[in-house]
Amino acid sequence: MNLHPLAILLQTGLLLALAPFVSGVIKNWKAKLQNRRGPPIWQPYLDLIKFLGKDVVISEHASWVFSIAPYVVFLTALSAGLMVPILTVQAPLSLFGGALALIGLLALGRFFLALGGLDPASAFGGMGSSREMTISAIAEPALMLAIFTVAITAGTTDLSRVAAALHEANWQLLNPAHLMAFAALFIVLLAETGRVPIDNPATHLELTMIHEAMLLEYSGRLLAFMEWGASIKQLVLMSILVNLFLPGTLAADGTVAAFGLAFLIFVLKLLGLSAAVVVVETVNAKLRLFRVPDLLSAAFVLAALGLLSTFLFQ
Amino acid sequence: MPPGFPLMSAIFINVGLILFLVGTVSSLVLQRRGNLAVAFAFGCSGLAALCGLTAFITFLVAGFSRPIPAYELFPSLVPNVHFSVRIDALGAFFGMIVSLLGVALSVYSFGYAKAFVGRKNVGILGAFFNTLLLATTLVFLADNAFFFLIAWEIMALSAYCLVSFEHEHDETRSAGVLYFIMSHIGTGCLILGFLLLFQASQSYGFETFHALGDRMPPAKRDAAFLLFLFGFGVKAGIVPLHTWLPAAHPVAPSNVSALMSGVIIKTGIYGLTRVSFDFLGAPPNWWGVTVLTIGTISAVLGVLYALMEHDLKRLLAYHSIENIGIILMGLGAALMFLHTHHPVLAALALSAGLYHTINHAVFKALLFLGAGAVLHATHTRNMEEMGGLAKRMPKTALFFLIGAVAISALPPLNGFVSEWLTYQSLLQGFGTTPSLIRLMFPLSGAMLALTGALAAACFVKAFGITFLAQARSQHARDAHEAPFSMLLGQGILTAVCLLLGLFPVQFLTLLDPVTKQLTGEVLSSKLTAGSAWVLSGTAPQGGTVSTLGITLIALCLSSIPVALWWLFARRSRKRIDATWACGQPILQPQMEYTATGFSKPIRMIFKALFRPHREVQREYDYSPYFTTTIRFSAHVEEVFETRIYRPFRRWVWWISRRMRALQAGSIQAYLIYIFLTLLLLLFFAL
Repeated sequence: MNLHPLAILLQTGLLLALAPFVSGVIKNWKAKLQNRRGPPIWQPYLDLIKFLGKDVVISEHASWVFSIAPYVVFLTALSAGLMVPILTVQAPLSLFGGALALIGLLALGRFFLALGGLDPASAFGGMGSSREMTISAIAEPALMLAIFTVAITAGTTDLSRVAAALHEANWQLLNPAHLMAFAALFIVLLAETGRVPIDNPATHLELTMIHEAMLLEYSGRLLAFMEWGASIKQLVLMSILVNLFLPGTLAADGTVAAFGLAFLIFVLKLLGLSAAVVVVETVNAKLRLFRVPDLLSAAFVLAALGLLSTFLFQ
Repeated sequence: MPPGFPLMSAIFINVGLILFLVGTVSSLVLQRRGNLAVAFAFGCSGLAALCGLTAFITFLVAGFSRPIPAYELFPSLVPNVHFSVRIDALGAFFGMIVSLLGVALSVYSFGYAKAFVGRKNVGILGAFFNTLLLATTLVFLADNAFFFLIAWEIMALSAYCLVSFEHEHDETRSAGVLYFIMSHIGTGCLILGFLLLFQASQSYGFETFHALGDRMPPAKRDAAFLLFLFGFGVKAGIVPLHTWLPAAHPVAPSNVSALMSGVIIKTGIYGLTRVSFDFLGAPPNWWGVTVLTIGTISAVLGVLYALMEHDLKRLLAYHSIENIGIILMGLGAALMFLHTHHPVLAALALSAGLYHTINHAVFKALLFLGAGAVLHATHTRNMEEMGGLAKRMPKTALFFLIGAVAISALPPLNGFVSEWLTYQSLLQGFGTTPSLIRLMFPLSGAMLALTGALAAACFVKAFGITFLAQARSQHARDAHEAPFSMLLGQGILTAVCLLLGLFPVQFLTLLDPVTKQLTGEVLSSKLTAGSAWVLSGTAPQGGTVSTLGITLIALCLSSIPVALWWLFARRSRKRIDATWACGQPILQPQMEYTATGFSKPIRMIFKALFRPHREVQREYDYSPYFTTTIRFSAHVEEVFETRIYRPFRRWVWWISRRMRALQAGSIQAYLIYIFLTLLLLLFFAL
């Protein structure tokens, strides 16, 4: 287990480049499914470039916390992404942390995101922060228990070793423990990335928005890093889902062909998961805020059942 | 091991103890000259703590797993009672915590106590501060049950006096009395527990207690365990014995709050560790299960109640209950592993608990000092009157933010490291036993995750409402940065937070003597995955983490935003402008989210627990749409207070009233009582 600078660079580049693509695909497909034309898939890239060049407007009430928050969000999501196996079983940064560090880093980003929402003294930001922290708090036990279910069968919290163990165990999707953990993680993914039925990324209506409410006062490059960070976080969580539960297709050796193939399959898996997200977003209405805990406790129960079934089927 | 080493440690400790005494006496003598009393009191306590810190750290670095021979501080006139002290690894570890905080708090107190000069008797504050530190150090060193209890009592009484320092407020007096009563109920249980041990060993010396439980009848051993759990649990503030803690800690002066939340409640953890790992022998399974359950419940309930608070110091006090819970999760798991004969895992879980003990001491003291600085500047503990302090007291804000990140268990700081170790031990615990009990480990882990996420929510609230956005009152608008000594005290603790977070492997070597003494295992060499900068679980394939590595990588990655700025945004400008106020002319502070509003979703989700009450009164002319005044009040119910303590109190009153009939005040009745008692005793004697 060593650090390969090249692997780190490659994965960083991949995360940076692929994250807006996934957001764009989801936005575009959702529009198509709803009989709208929708923005082109590469629109998020154009947005980012536009935001980066724009002037920054900062609230007169905001302190230094407001200005560092986007960078914390961006850097924590990116560092967390380096701990996930994406193309090969070996994640570039698995030595520095596994599932627990990843969850911790994403939580650190969220901590600063919520502070950034509170700082400009607007009621919207506070509302977004309050809701974001509440929902993440009740999503966290489900997330942790689902990860535990996988970690206990693999005997490790290191995501690379989890992927490897599942790979070697001739892993099949019909294992009930993993099926339920997958379902639980999928619900957590919807919550953590601010998707319908928990949050609506397309709305700026004050009564319903959560994530967008915290970003209202951001502009220019600060907004760019907030948006980019959020899409990287989404990509990281989706990669965990596709690569831990369908690990069989990671690159076996270091040849360029194997990498190319692994990349292709990875993108296909991501597109499949994105399609699932799009369908869920389209066929569901947003839940009332106080109904969200019901959904998330369902995720918790699913994860707990998954854990119980590892106990029963051993 | 150089032969002079133990002697040196002992000398340093004796000098420290004497300096504490000097501090006590001199500040009492100088109580009429406020500034001089402050200088002497906190000068002495700082130097004494520094001596203690040197002694304990050299002891732990040298890695003595066997104690230095006990010696008597002063000769005793009573048989069985020896004022003997002994430095062993466990005592030295806790001694290190109290000395570390002693140094930082003494520095802080120079500035903080100045605010009392002329208004209150600072001599008394300094004297009791020194006594408290002295007694706490002795608690960790005492080698005799009697001496331990005496030190324990002095500690409780001086803490009571410090809590009641601002006794002109009603709230303070009643909190002090509550603390006094609860503390003594606890001590009563401890006395009974030690009597049970005495019965088995016929001595009060701690060395005769070692692994005594294996020679005791199981029923008595379990009784002793429960008595100690109750007695030390009161001091530690476990749920449901916690009610005194959020009452007493906030009303004390902030340096004392920091000491109480940082160290005094840890004496409960020390006692429990000492008793269950050293005295009571091989634990049955239910001990560990009980401790783990209590820990989990305390952690979750502590943080939930903390979220409901808008008094900054009460919020921090509730977080102490949460963190005690997390520590107990480690200890409980360790007891369970000892039962199933997994000493390495037991050492890991114990290290996790002890690591969290020092971490909590450091970041909680840091946060209380920050709260003290805020209180000093705004004269209020109510968060709803704060806001915007990050601009007026930037350094305090930075220190408080670092403390908040640390206590929320976020990487790369120390709270994350100790919770990471706890998670690892819980995960590996799943394989230690085939019974259904093992499901407890991952479920506790999930509850730990809930606790961590709620703590993060709570500290977004605590930091965000206090330091960010607009000032909500004139007090907050007039706030000023704390004086240098108060900042230095916070700075020391911030630095320790960073060190404990970034260099866990190096710190864990200090825990080696402790785990060697209590579980027979040396851990630090097993906790590195090849490199001294990477922390691993005891099974190297179980997972690794490197907080330093993450930090360095994040620093390298920050070149990306810099490069993008250079590419795209070099010529962009930064403009300061008003926040959008929905078309209102000016953004008022009343439009901000409040602390109460922030935690409303959580209050609604857990309303079965909180039973929130709210009352809205409005007055209006003509039509309810044009309200002229509106009054809103809301509170949550303290379930333990209303469901357990209040009925219990009523019951005690009822009994006492009945008992009063016995005490009619007539001398004839008393003579009859004496006569009857005599008869009864004679009857027993025959």
